[in-house]
Amino acid sequence: MTKTAQRPAAPVRHRPVKAPSPAEDRRRRRLTDQLRAYGFLLGGLVCFALFSWYPAIRAVVIAFQKYTPGADPEWVGTANFTRVLHDPEFGAAWRNTLTFTLLALLLGFAIPFVLALVLNELRHAKTFFRVVVYLPVMIPPVVSALLWKWFYDPGAGLANEALRFLHLPTSHWTNGADTALISLVVVATWATMGGTVLIYLAALQPIPGELYEAAELDGANLLQRVWHVTVPQTRFVILMLMLLQIIATMQVFTEPFVITGGGPENATVTVLYLIYKYAFLYNDFGGACALSVMLLALLGAFSAVYLRLTRSGEEAL
Amino acid sequence: MSTRTLVSPAVLARPRGRAVYWTVFTGVAVLFALALLFPVYWMASGAMKSPDEVARTPPTLVPESWSTGGYTDAWELMQLPVHLWNTVVQAAGAWIFQLVFCTAAAYALSRLRPAFGTLILGGILATLMVPAQALVVPKYLTVADLGLLNDPLAIWLPAVASAFNLYLLKRFFDQLPRDVLEAAQIDGAGKLRTLWSIVLPMSRPVLGVVSIFALVAVWQDFLWPLMVFSDTEKQPIGVALVQLSQNVQLTVLIAAMVIAGIPMVALFLVLQRHIIAGISAGSTKG
Repeated sequence: MTKTAQRPAAPVRHRPVKAPSPAEDRRRRRLTDQLRAYGFLLGGLVCFALFSWYPAIRAVVIAFQKYTPGADPEWVGTANFTRVLHDPEFGAAWRNTLTFTLLALLLGFAIPFVLALVLNELRHAKTFFRVVVYLPVMIPPVVSALLWKWFYDPGAGLANEALRFLHLPTSHWTNGADTALISLVVVATWATMGGTVLIYLAALQPIPGELYEAAELDGANLLQRVWHVTVPQTRFVILMLMLLQIIATMQVFTEPFVITGGGPENATVTVLYLIYKYAFLYNDFGGACALSVMLLALLGAFSAVYLRLTRSGEEAL
Repeated sequence: MSTRTLVSPAVLARPRGRAVYWTVFTGVAVLFALALLFPVYWMASGAMKSPDEVARTPPTLVPESWSTGGYTDAWELMQLPVHLWNTVVQAAGAWIFQLVFCTAAAYALSRLRPAFGTLILGGILATLMVPAQALVVPKYLTVADLGLLNDPLAIWLPAVASAFNLYLLKRFFDQLPRDVLEAAQIDGAGKLRTLWSIVLPMSRPVLGVVSIFALVAVWQDFLWPLMVFSDTEKQPIGVALVQLSQNVQLTVLIAAMVIAGIPMVALFLVLQRHIIAGISAGSTKG
């Protein structure tokens, strides 16, 4: 790979050494090696300590405290948890988040899956399709949220115009309690599915063509080939993408914050939005941390499964 | 066309197969144009309509007169130069901080065998299990305690704590051929020198991927900058857009949205080959 092997032996510099005892010398060298290693590590280590490890511990601590910035924290036992649990918004937030995740999984997985399968069969304009499908991902989420807020506008919004054009009844979209959440799922799917399409497309490449050929010889039609060849061959990536999708959509915030403000009637309040409200509207950091701990526990479980799978998947490959 | 896919080449060669292929091709092209490109056109052209025209039903497909007033108004009224500059400073700083500190730490963990190295690596990897957004409140309190609110350091320093990028770098460094690094050492190069003139030049691909991830992450983030920048003058463009969206005319807001979207879309169009390759490779190789 490199030419070093053929390189003539480099001149080795011999430093004049006063010959201290070999053991002492080794110890000193090891110490300077360690100091140097930690010198390289320091910046990263401090940042991880301050902004990752400490906040994780602090979330758990503050969850059991009455915490106001600037004042001494007070231990309050599980009061934060009981208060949060009795908040009517709590149930709504979890119900919305879970529904959102489920719908996003259905839409946000089924559509990219089919799209990737179809794109993989197209032999023309390949780059064009890949660029266009990823384009919305590169639009800042705030911009796509505002864009869709405008589309959903009951007055001059494009969504209702399209329905009128097709002579269909118009919808309230994000202004209707029963349609708001699904409208947001559409936004999230539009904005993020490009990544899923590209990853799944990459996963389709290594499938050996002989498998399809053999299936075809056995009389399998198109759908049967998808089901019996494509799906089992990409099982691992499918599972991975689903878990990543779950972890990402459980933390949804931008769309409800920008488009609906959690309304109408709490129909789109999500857990992360509620955390934000507790901290920045109610100034109740104890409650916010209690909620964070709950979200953390659930997401942590999903992440653990994900990491477990990637590890075992790597070993299997 | 080297390997066959779901549909066999033989079927595609038949007239009926070809007809079906081109029907599907056209269908996908139309779908992509309508669902993915049209919204972008609608935004860019909507900003050029007059305020009356943009509110009209049924809407006009093409602006009656192409006016750039929306764009110039947005640029001035919404102070877009300030917010764009804030975003650039935040993203560039986060990128540099990550490149310097993540690379150094990854190099140390990969090659310098620090004591408790495995423990530290474990601690870093454990943060992968903790989705960032769930910790924003205690992270905010820490940043507030450090007096970093409304300071770009509030973006830069937490950006370094990116386990994903650090691990990506470490794994790449692990795979560098040992004999090259040893040869450098025999030639008398110190650790820093080895990192700078041997490791980094060999790591260009992974540095490119990490750079793109770092820039995109800052540019696309919303909740964190919303929390730490309460001062309007310091806000990046995304946060400013939402804060100001209530008080400006629709055409002006749309123009501002277009302007906010341009840098990342332009970056993508320029680097699309690398970005798409990076996503595709990153996914299958973890």
